[in-house]
Amino acid sequence: MSADVLAELDDLRVWFPAAGSAPVRAVDGVSLQVRRGETLGLVGESGSGKSTTGLALLRLVDPTSGRVRVAGEDVTGWSRRRLRTVRRRVAMVFQDPQASLDPRHTVAASVAEPLVVHRLVDGADARRRRVAELLDLVGLRPELGERHPHELSGGQRQRVGIARALAGEPDLVVLDEPIASLDLSVQAQIMNLLRRLQRELGLTYLFISHDLAAVEHMSDRVAVMYLGRIVETGDPTQIYREPAHPYTAALLSAVPVADPAEERHRRRIILTGDIPSPVDPPSGCRFRTRCPSARDTCAQTDPALEVVAGDHRAACLYAGDAVREMRATPSA
Amino acid sequence: MTAEPVLAVEDLTVTLGTRRGPARAVAGVDWSVAPGRTLALVGESGSGKTMSVLAATGLAPRTARVTGRVRLLGEDLTALPPQRRRVLRGRHVGFVFQDPSTSLNPVLTVGRQVTEAAEEHLGLTRRQARDRAVELLELVGIPSAARRVDEYPHQFSGGMRQRVVIAMALACDPALLIADEPTTALDVTTQAQIVELVAGLQERMGTAVVWITHDLGVVAGVADTVAVMYGGRIVEHGPVDDVFAAPGHPYTRALLAARPRPGHRDADLPAIQGSPPSPLDLPAGCAFWPRCPVRGDARCEHELPPLTEVGPAHRVRTFYPSPPTGEDR
Repeated sequence: MSADVLAELDDLRVWFPAAGSAPVRAVDGVSLQVRRGETLGLVGESGSGKSTTGLALLRLVDPTSGRVRVAGEDVTGWSRRRLRTVRRRVAMVFQDPQASLDPRHTVAASVAEPLVVHRLVDGADARRRRVAELLDLVGLRPELGERHPHELSGGQRQRVGIARALAGEPDLVVLDEPIASLDLSVQAQIMNLLRRLQRELGLTYLFISHDLAAVEHMSDRVAVMYLGRIVETGDPTQIYREPAHPYTAALLSAVPVADPAEERHRRRIILTGDIPSPVDPPSGCRFRTRCPSARDTCAQTDPALEVVAGDHRAACLYAGDAVREMRATPSA
Repeated sequence: MTAEPVLAVEDLTVTLGTRRGPARAVAGVDWSVAPGRTLALVGESGSGKTMSVLAATGLAPRTARVTGRVRLLGEDLTALPPQRRRVLRGRHVGFVFQDPSTSLNPVLTVGRQVTEAAEEHLGLTRRQARDRAVELLELVGIPSAARRVDEYPHQFSGGMRQRVVIAMALACDPALLIADEPTTALDVTTQAQIVELVAGLQERMGTAVVWITHDLGVVAGVADTVAVMYGGRIVEHGPVDDVFAAPGHPYTRALLAARPRPGHRDADLPAIQGSPPSPLDLPAGCAFWPRCPVRGDARCEHELPPLTEVGPAHRVRTFYPSPPTGEDR
């Protein structure tokens, strides 16, 4: 693992046992590297496996096969106890701050909890000082420490969630849909805050989201997931302008833009049907059952991520061509 | 819009009794929607967008005090006895809510549910109802409808369940469809399918649609007219093109600017500070004043700005309407 890679998944599989059927293949052969200081955006729809991928990186789920490496250590087989030594260096921010904060605890107690668990401060005074410092860092007045989560707005609660995640001075923060349940006017505040904290503290982010515009804004690189696999990865500006994978192209074309004139003239690629079951994914390319440009060969060969140009990779036998074809003859 | 509106709301006010005192959820709202047209009600949480529609159709919670006038197909709903209002609503208004699973009964087949209302309001027999159910499921694009009509909601995906709910809403051939965040719980590729489905049905059947959403992209795609709500009031109201091209209210402008745009990755987003106000604790003057980037004067703080015309059928509730430059976009 090269020096600039902070965390890495290598051919990771996370299969969940299911009653009365074959296992659910939530993550099914994912390799990715998170480089030190960057934001890697992980995009996908529900059932794509993006959240499970994030949990696996923090070793909050057990991999079925493959390796997880964090800061140069292979942590794949580590016990809970041993994981505690790396846990402090990785943290997570969840979608719903209401659900991730204990309603009976004050804000200060919630933020102090990781400090106590990881024995990061000595004595009540030092703890109070550190909590005040963390609240200030995320733009909250220290008096808010006395309040309970239900007395805060959604944006304030998410700031508390971020303060809590930063308590252990992590290197890597997994952000799982951190703005999805916030009001539009508050989403921008939280994105700005996350970017400022990254600059000031040198943080590395895995930004998991279904919001493609937010992912482009936040990320240095982006990985698009579909049915347990990464189908395309690279620079967001490049991928958004010229997607090479038909799924990415369809996803991007489905995102509505806040411009009525453009909306009227847009040609959408409307996918038919639903995402197949992760219990029994299609043979060959997983997207072929919904791909408007699928060919016979797509059922036989499982495409690997291949270089399109530079850092841009796509897992499609007909990368580029398939998208051009779809655009020429949109379905629907 | 010369056609007689399907639904028209005048000076609608909704006050909710809560443990912490009265909450003014909606205050003096006017809007209407014509056949075949879509009105989008946009706003953040607590803006009153859903409550105004629930109150207009007689579905506000029992603790709510509702005043104002509501005309459905020319009949004044507020003057009708509750029973008659219920019949009128059931016959002419279809509802689609955010989470399809809350609208569906898990122990009834989708076929039974789709036509339950039609059986009552149109007096269909069981046999006729089943045929109608198959027809409706086909209409909303459910494959193998004749077979799936006997299946249960859990056998459908989220997107397909929302199609079932739409079929249910259309069962009585309603004049008005109320869609409250119908795609918010769905994936974006499924959302595109549902938006297209509703647009197609509307064109064919001439249904009026009130589409409630917080997503400005969805608004741009579905709406003819937009009403932007904030703190229980409409702050901007106009044709969709005009509102997006030349937003006149500082709130609308700030909201449009706060979305990330391609090619602006290096800059911070122009965020709106603070949070939307609670209906329990509304400022005396303009509700947006405490967060407003324009930050006018004492008038904004103490006086409610009137709705003023800034273009044809384009009104804004602010003392400081912005000049229509379009420089922000």
